Amino acid sequence: MNVMSPGTALDMARTELLDAAGITDRDLEHALGLLMRGDVDNADLYFQIARQESWSIEDGIVKGGAYSIEQGVGVRAMAGEKTGFAYSDEIVVPALNQAAEAASAIVRRGQQGRVKAWQARAGHRLYLPADPLLSLADEEKVALLQRVDREVRALDPRVKQVVASLAAAHEVIFICASDGGLAADVRPLVRFNISVIVEQNGRREQGVAGGGGRHGYEKLDHERALEFGREAVRQAVVNLDAVSAPAGEMVVVLGPGWPGVLLHEAIGHGLEGDFNRKGTSAFSGRIGEKVAAELCTVVDDGTLEGRRGSLNVDDEGTPTSKTVLIESGRLRGYMQDRLNARLMGTESTGNGRRQSFAHLPMPRMTNTYMLPGPHHPGEIIESVKRGIYACNFGGGQVDITSGKFVFSTSEAYLIENGKLGVPIRDATLVGDGATVLSRVSMVGNDLKLDSGVGVCGKEGQSVPVGVGQPTLRVDGLTVGGTGGEA
Amino acid sequence: MSGPQKTPAVLSVAGGFDPLAEKVSDVLRLARELGASQAEASASFGTGFSVNVRMREVETLQHQRDQGLGITVWFGNRKGSTSTSDLRPAAIEESVRKACTLARFGSEDAYAGLADASRMPTKVPDLDLYHPWDITPVAAIELATACEAAALDSDPRVSNSEGAALSVSEGLHVYGNSHGFIGGYPESNHSLSCAVVASADGLMETDYEYAVVRDPGDLPAAAIVGAEAGRRAAARLGGVKLETRAAPVLFPARVARGLIGSLLSAISGGALYRKASFLVDSLDTQVFASCMTIDERPHLHKALASAPFDAEGVATAERRLVEAGVLRGYMLSSYYARKLGMASTGNAGGAHNLVVQTTGESFAELVAKMDRGLVIADLMGSGINPVTGDYSRGASGFWVEHGKIQYPVTEITVAGNLKDMYRGVVGIGTDVDHRGAVLTGSILIDRMTIAGS
Repeated sequence: MNVMSPGTALDMARTELLDAAGITDRDLEHALGLLMRGDVDNADLYFQIARQESWSIEDGIVKGGAYSIEQGVGVRAMAGEKTGFAYSDEIVVPALNQAAEAASAIVRRGQQGRVKAWQARAGHRLYLPADPLLSLADEEKVALLQRVDREVRALDPRVKQVVASLAAAHEVIFICASDGGLAADVRPLVRFNISVIVEQNGRREQGVAGGGGRHGYEKLDHERALEFGREAVRQAVVNLDAVSAPAGEMVVVLGPGWPGVLLHEAIGHGLEGDFNRKGTSAFSGRIGEKVAAELCTVVDDGTLEGRRGSLNVDDEGTPTSKTVLIESGRLRGYMQDRLNARLMGTESTGNGRRQSFAHLPMPRMTNTYMLPGPHHPGEIIESVKRGIYACNFGGGQVDITSGKFVFSTSEAYLIENGKLGVPIRDATLVGDGATVLSRVSMVGNDLKLDSGVGVCGKEGQSVPVGVGQPTLRVDGLTVGGTGGEA
Repeated sequence: MSGPQKTPAVLSVAGGFDPLAEKVSDVLRLARELGASQAEASASFGTGFSVNVRMREVETLQHQRDQGLGITVWFGNRKGSTSTSDLRPAAIEESVRKACTLARFGSEDAYAGLADASRMPTKVPDLDLYHPWDITPVAAIELATACEAAALDSDPRVSNSEGAALSVSEGLHVYGNSHGFIGGYPESNHSLSCAVVASADGLMETDYEYAVVRDPGDLPAAAIVGAEAGRRAAARLGGVKLETRAAPVLFPARVARGLIGSLLSAISGGALYRKASFLVDSLDTQVFASCMTIDERPHLHKALASAPFDAEGVATAERRLVEAGVLRGYMLSSYYARKLGMASTGNAGGAHNLVVQTTGESFAELVAKMDRGLVIADLMGSGINPVTGDYSRGASGFWVEHGKIQYPVTEITVAGNLKDMYRGVVGIGTDVDHRGAVLTGSILIDRMTIAGS
């Protein structure tokens, strides 16, 4: 594994977050000491500075750029299942100590604790620490949006409206924990999004596309942006001819890539450690059980280079890993942060993530996908007498406890006698996470990861994620539409 | 401790308007000095804490303290925006400078700029939104514990819990712009919520109940909130799938709000201008059945979405949005209003208390009126196409026969088109849910497609 010397990121983070505020190692020890009182068994400090920018074009007009800077420190004290948490958006010693006092109020007062000797933790080197905001001149960002807007409008006379945006974030984090662990990460993230409206005979449809990852704008050049523009137009035009989706239970073939949002919703969330520790997930206590067809192996992998969901270390300083969730149909493991791992007697899998310093970490997915299988995608479509082929989705949602999930197609087709038929619009697929994978009867050899636009929300916190899968045949999902019985 | 320490200037909500207003004034002055033709700034500060209790034990105690400053400057028709959470003078100055730099790169946009000066409030009315709660974490933990206990004890099938939470917060918000308007007001928000798991036959269902208020005196008893969470979770056990069919659908008040939310998105200036709405050119046309009348009432005392002025400083005012089914207005900020050749409706930043008039029937009367159909418990997924109005969402709920709830149903979808659904409203309940920007009772729709097995 390509491991980054702990020095690089740590040095950068120290300079930006600590030295700038005059915070020394002794100050860190002191604050952690304030936290480690009474029966507190673990504590950590999370320093963060995040700079973000966005540029957008609508109606051919580039809105002036928007820029934001957010910084602060979150402090946490844990005692068994109890957590005390406070944060300050001023990184200064008095505010740090005040937050530490507040966070430690969760437990009985006791002797001030001691912190173990500092020990730097190494992380991966999945992306470079360069600031993506500086990877392209502002004039060039504006010019890119203008050019893509012009070219996309010229693609098809039916294109009536184009909205496109370019966004970048540069995040520097520094974590120190009561066990002496020191870790840091410098995270770039860029994204391009485009949505178009097409109109034909009074009917309007929308198409959206986009992508990005943990790198600078150099990998999001004009060619790539225009490709997303073409994709948005193609999707919108397909939907101009779409008919109402049928309703009822049908065979559903899921396309490769972004449809992996199914795995994220139906399976992924149910395998996050917190739900399983509390016993509120439909997958609780089922390790080793058969929960999917033998063809299915699902992993969560935070170690993919440059991917949107990847992290060198998670937000608790643990290096991310590739965690096998389901192996040949059997439930293998959960995704863990430190708190839940400790309470369940296991190790963190590097899935402890938080939206910002102002939020508590919890087990979250990184890049979640199914490994490829033996079938040719064409052969999967041909195997279906009557069903639907869903190759793009708007989004989804899951009820962890009952296991029920829902997601909505943005591009789908009827399959009749093994051939793709007419496009259908806005079908909703509903199913049960604990059984859907047992109905997978074919798995394609065409694993694809999404283009890098996923945002996952949990308990009010948003984090960037990746999803992916090969083409899959599911024998029976409920399809919700208005076009009569299936 | 030795001698006086130099600590950063401490903001507080009780400390009042002036320290934040000063920061806003600093921004406006600096923007002018840097050559901006117009500028606006919005500063906020908030504090609070929340406790979570799970299985009768404290799980988390979280303290919040947030501050932020948003800045927009215009150089003629070009705009730049920045925001910062660091409110120290040097950081503020850097943010203003950065906004000015960014403004150089925008296109000339004839519609850009502040809202019209004539729309600024002459005085900021007190809407009674600030009721700080001086409750200790220990007392908060007791309340949350009592709430969860009521849920756990409500039904033997309630077997597990996701916990109960009490959250207490207060904040101060100040907005000012280069027209010379500067105004602000304090607000408070307190909430109590509980989510539990019921199980039977190896299957689990979860549901929740919550209360959110401006004034702690208006909070319902913890035991009532908890018991309702327990009742809801247990009621969902044993859900069956329905066969695919068409039937009337009753959206209880807590989910009916979403139907009106879709209206608000569809009549927002941006969606209309982009023609990304199924309600383009629908002003003064029959959008709903004639039983639907909706008023916007921004000055309701203590209401959650009350505000004396919007995000651009435009004074808010009462208005009729939908009159006997006819759409009488849009939701416009000044930018999109100008693009559409109209005037701002004071909705930069959202809606301010949309009050849906009832048709006078209670929830039970609506169930009886429906006779045979679906009562929704929960909706899932994002299956609403804003451009076409196509609506298809995952649902669970209860099947009704002979005007009475018979059994729970699950893993189904309800589908239709919002245009038809709006025209198909046949009743609006008296059971108004006050917990959001839309105040509506349950809404009965004559016919939708229900997909199941």
